[in-house]
Amino acid sequence: MTQITEPAIKVTRKPKSSSGNLIRRLLKSRTGMLGLIIVLLVTLMAIFAPFLAMHDPAKTDIMNRLVPPFWLDGGNMSYPLGTDNLGRDVLSRIIYGSRVSLLVGISAVLLAGAIGIVMGLLAGYYGKAWDFLIMRLVDSFLAIPSILFMLIVLAVMGPSLSTLILVLGGTTWVVYARMVRSETLSVKERDYVQSAKAIGALDFRIIVKYILPNVISSFIVIATLNVATTIIMEASLSFLGLGIQPPDVSWGLMLSDGREYIATSWWVATFPGLAITITVLGVIFFGDWLRDVLDPKIKD
Amino acid sequence: MIASKERTVIFEVKNLKKHFELSKGMFKKQKTIVRAVDGLNFRVYEGETLGIVGESGCGKSTTGQLMLGMLDATDGQIIFRSQDLATMNKEELRKARRDLQVIFQDPFSSLNPRMTVEELIGEPLIVHGIMKGKELRAHVLELMQLVGLREHMINRYPHEFSGGQRQRIGIARALSLNPKVIVCDEAVSALDVSIQAQILNLLNKLQRELDLTYIFIAHGLPAVRHISDRIGVMYLGKMVELAGRDDLFNQPLHPYTHALLDAVPIPDPKLRKEHDLIEGEIPSPSNPPSGCRFHPRCPYATDKCSKEEPEYREVLPDHFVACHYPLTEVAKRPVPSV
Repeated sequence: MTQITEPAIKVTRKPKSSSGNLIRRLLKSRTGMLGLIIVLLVTLMAIFAPFLAMHDPAKTDIMNRLVPPFWLDGGNMSYPLGTDNLGRDVLSRIIYGSRVSLLVGISAVLLAGAIGIVMGLLAGYYGKAWDFLIMRLVDSFLAIPSILFMLIVLAVMGPSLSTLILVLGGTTWVVYARMVRSETLSVKERDYVQSAKAIGALDFRIIVKYILPNVISSFIVIATLNVATTIIMEASLSFLGLGIQPPDVSWGLMLSDGREYIATSWWVATFPGLAITITVLGVIFFGDWLRDVLDPKIKD
Repeated sequence: MIASKERTVIFEVKNLKKHFELSKGMFKKQKTIVRAVDGLNFRVYEGETLGIVGESGCGKSTTGQLMLGMLDATDGQIIFRSQDLATMNKEELRKARRDLQVIFQDPFSSLNPRMTVEELIGEPLIVHGIMKGKELRAHVLELMQLVGLREHMINRYPHEFSGGQRQRIGIARALSLNPKVIVCDEAVSALDVSIQAQILNLLNKLQRELDLTYIFIAHGLPAVRHISDRIGVMYLGKMVELAGRDDLFNQPLHPYTHALLDAVPIPDPKLRKEHDLIEGEIPSPSNPPSGCRFHPRCPYATDKCSKEEPEYREVLPDHFVACHYPLTEVAKRPVPSV
């Protein structure tokens, strides 16, 4: 018989240790590294907020209201990024606000993602009644204006951090469910899923080992982008008075507080806005890198 | 070919039918029935290679899937080692699948891109709880060697391989459960011709070493000729002719088989001849022609052909054909009507 004669040189590859491999690949990706650094810094900031903040974020000081940042006339190093309309230190509020924004942004996306992935997989893989029921549920969620829905739920349950996460996660899962469903529909027709059936694999194995790994990359991209949207949604809810309640502080709340003074004291709204932008960019960079790492086809 | 006395039947297919229902229209539900497989009768003997050929849409892949138990038959029986696949419950079917494996057409889509070679080849054994850990790895290495893959490739992903190597991975995966029957569904059609030969030789070698029975589905005759002991020709969900390889090639009895053989390109301009190419497209299996399904395209068709469906019968020993006027020298064919 004809045998492929392969090169005589024996390539000895050490079995790659997955953690070493991960770090090596992270170092190669500049944006991934940048994303990770930003996410880490913001996380550290959130954890060590009491040590980093120079002032109590809720302490008002009417004598020092709307002090500009230190590099402008009238500013001083005691309030590096100035103060807001009640004389609260903007920097300290940003540091404390990172706690709420990160927590809400990430946990709501994780919650929504978990619900959405499970629902999407069930609808896409089993089809028929599962698909019909789940997709009609999704449709009805999409038909209701989500802000209105969230406001009603928050008004009934009372605004708190946990209800905020529940409400945000409970309304945005539909996006993931639809996406995961459509990806599942295409993946389940591929030959390798047929091959799993041919070897007698059970549905659970097929879903977890064949479908999920092949739909997860699109999910990660959408999910990281949605961390941004969620942080902003939290801001709108806080703005409408049913989100984070003072004396707690979040970036969204600061943004809406500063809106009225944007013409005269731009710093009140600008710095929390910048904080949101930088964090969101970091999460997106990190997400892009994560997607690449999870895909064995993209290497180096 | 194995002498007829010592042949044991491993598969007996009786009047097998598979109809797919398509519904069209939103309000008026029109049901169209696609008769993908419509009354097949044949046997597969242990240790042989049965080739099944036909144009696309003739139901050959559906037949393969039915025999693997991956589709439920509409009617008829598939008896695998004296048990009807249709009467098996889920657990029995799962067990039977250990003996029935498949090699897919496209090696680029039949391997999960997120699994390494080790996972791909070892997975069937994990699924059936036969082996794990070091024992499994050793077994995977053995299988890799058997199909001509080198040891150091064990941690690689499918995209790092060429088409032929991927097909070897697919073969190793199919072999891991030590099956009795392997359905090769267009197993070499997607490969380069030179690689096709390698894979066919590998399949031949494995058959000898492991006592495998192959059901080799293809649309091209040359590959089937290379590997098959017997060949069945399908047309629109029906088996039109089934015979030993040499019989079929030397003395095709059905006009369709004759036309198929005629259509095989000959790579020598001196041997080129005028073909009687069959005209027209293959009709839709949702609305097959009356009588003999081949009659609209058949150069020898008569009135009888359009009215009466020919019986599938053994015209010569081990040579089955479904035609009113088989192209034997004995039965003189009627004068072409056109």
